[in-house]
Amino acid sequence: MTPRAPAAGDRFGPYGGRYVPETLIAALDELTAAYRDASADPAFAAELRGLLEDYAGRPSPLYRAPRVEEAIGAGPVYLKREDLNHTGAHKINNTLGQALLARWMGKRRIIAETGAGQHGVATATVCALFDLECVVYMGTEDVERQALNVYRMELLGAEVRPVDSGSCTLKDATNEAIRDWVTNVRDTHYIIGSVVGPDPFPRMVRDFQAVIGEETRAQLEAAEGRLPGSVVACVGGGSNAMGIFHAFVPFGDVRLVGVEAAGEGLDSGRHSAPLAAGTPGVLHGSLSYLLQDADGQVAPAHSISAGLDYPGVGPEHSWLLDEGRAEYVTVTDDRALAAFHRLSRLEGLIPALESAHAMAHVFEAGAELARHGPVVVCLSGRGDKDVAHVARLSGTEADE
Amino acid sequence: MWHGCRGPKPMSDRVHAGTGMSLAQCFAGCRAERRAALIPFLTCGYPDGPQSLELLRGMADAGADIIELGIPFSDPLADGPTIQRSSFRALEGGMSTEGTLDVLRAFRAGHDTPVVLFGYLNPILRYGVDEFARAAIEAGAQGLLLTDVPAGSDPVLEKRLAAHGLALIRLIAPTTSPERITVMAGAGAGFLYYISRTGITGARAQLRRALGREVEAVKRRAGGIPVVVGFGISTPAQAADVAAVADGVVVGSALIDRCERDGAEGVQEFVAALRGVMQRDGPDPPATSSRPPHPG
Repeated sequence: MTPRAPAAGDRFGPYGGRYVPETLIAALDELTAAYRDASADPAFAAELRGLLEDYAGRPSPLYRAPRVEEAIGAGPVYLKREDLNHTGAHKINNTLGQALLARWMGKRRIIAETGAGQHGVATATVCALFDLECVVYMGTEDVERQALNVYRMELLGAEVRPVDSGSCTLKDATNEAIRDWVTNVRDTHYIIGSVVGPDPFPRMVRDFQAVIGEETRAQLEAAEGRLPGSVVACVGGGSNAMGIFHAFVPFGDVRLVGVEAAGEGLDSGRHSAPLAAGTPGVLHGSLSYLLQDADGQVAPAHSISAGLDYPGVGPEHSWLLDEGRAEYVTVTDDRALAAFHRLSRLEGLIPALESAHAMAHVFEAGAELARHGPVVVCLSGRGDKDVAHVARLSGTEADE
Repeated sequence: MWHGCRGPKPMSDRVHAGTGMSLAQCFAGCRAERRAALIPFLTCGYPDGPQSLELLRGMADAGADIIELGIPFSDPLADGPTIQRSSFRALEGGMSTEGTLDVLRAFRAGHDTPVVLFGYLNPILRYGVDEFARAAIEAGAQGLLLTDVPAGSDPVLEKRLAAHGLALIRLIAPTTSPERITVMAGAGAGFLYYISRTGITGARAQLRRALGREVEAVKRRAGGIPVVVGFGISTPAQAADVAAVADGVVVGSALIDRCERDGAEGVQEFVAALRGVMQRDGPDPPATSSRPPHPG
């Protein structure tokens, strides 16, 4: 919309910004200053590193997947095992960082939105750890799809507030979380779960997730003595993708491949692929690619995976797309489901349905990708939370 | 859901649309009458297109000084449940940005009450920023208030929105720094809109006690630009309290609540009752409202 210099201030090229109610400006200024000061404080970095290692279990392994290589007839293929983190996904990297920041700012109340429930669980977890009040907004459709995670959050002491407006999914949970923040901004910090929202969230969440790519680079250097040829990650809001991409953005030879959810197919209109099939627009505080209709109303998203079921995407991905630095492909519900089963059988790894989208692309295009060098896939989460849902889809009743 | 909806057909009297009274004239008139301006809000397309046109006319006839006309949006994240509901209903009925301008054109055929369009950025981006800025003026709007474009967030965009004469109305929150208020007043057009509390739109049983003092502080920095107050004002008694300190009083969710209960007549009655308490040295405001307040 309004071209600016690349990655200047609050923007990535034209994308990003702070399109929020006036009430939040002071809080965003406060957060920006706190993040700047904390980033410069060695004690903050040391405390976060300690928690990531001793509490979350980092570094996560980089696992070479021989049976995937055999299946696609090429290699090497490595899986970055974010599924092994505490709470089962990459989300904990961000929530630990933001909880420390909340404490830094003296805010005792935390709110969050969640789709699949992974970010909600990761937030509830750190709130238990730091003794913070925690409210998680979750669409009623997701509450149903992810009942086990709802109970997990409650076990951890969080209050889960179902949201039944709009499409009753992640987008609407985010609206409601922003409404809460506008209302309780003085004592509340909003832990956004992805690289979305108004500045500084997209760059701050990316920085907290960048540990994924930094570790990957060092681990692959140790194993192969070189950079990856390609890095593949699923993209909903896009935090695991930005986290693993970030370290490699300066290396133009490394292909960065984001995989969006094509749902029932891009032509069906029922998908969650704004980078592939959307246009730039403003939702939840930033300008980025967006699913919308001709009148600028946000179009409902669809994906088999609650974590990808979102009509927007992080502004930095929009910038990487326009710049041609990253490429974005799509995977349908059916292909993701097939990859979910296939990786389970091949490697004994049950992936989250989100991560199964990235795996599906590797099963399909892995041989071609491997010609550029080692393929690294971000296995962003484990599939325990999806087992009951997949069983239902397969016509089996699995007791949660 | 709302794909491709373009709203009602353009109304036949669009060519005759007037331009409406300026905001400055309006506030000058209110000042001369020693009263605050009454500014009711309505979501365009609520309960449907034709009825919202009738509601607009009724509000103007009942004494509204300025009308805030909401452009419905699918994700109204600064709005409480009442205005959310009215927005969804308007969109389900096919209301759109173009349709909102059509309703405004039809209203202009018989009324010169100033209108401020109220909404969110994305439908404007989709419409085309320059196209919208021009079309809104041509349709007879005086101002534009976008809740998700805070002052200075996108200077080039803000300049383009104002290029054809729309007053960009700025929201000031209790959390807004004094420095920002001074900057907004310096660039300010039309009026400044003080949000009565941190939070979203919606009726409240009670206003905060510090409100009067805060409004006075904003007025001291406003450099003569009128300061109106909105969010949460739901009864004539509350409106009277605010009218005593502010240059204008915005009432939104409470009107839509009233419309849900009592229809167009109830809205007109309510606007007339609110108008009756705008006078600063007039009769004492009623001690309590005729209806129980509805906490949002």
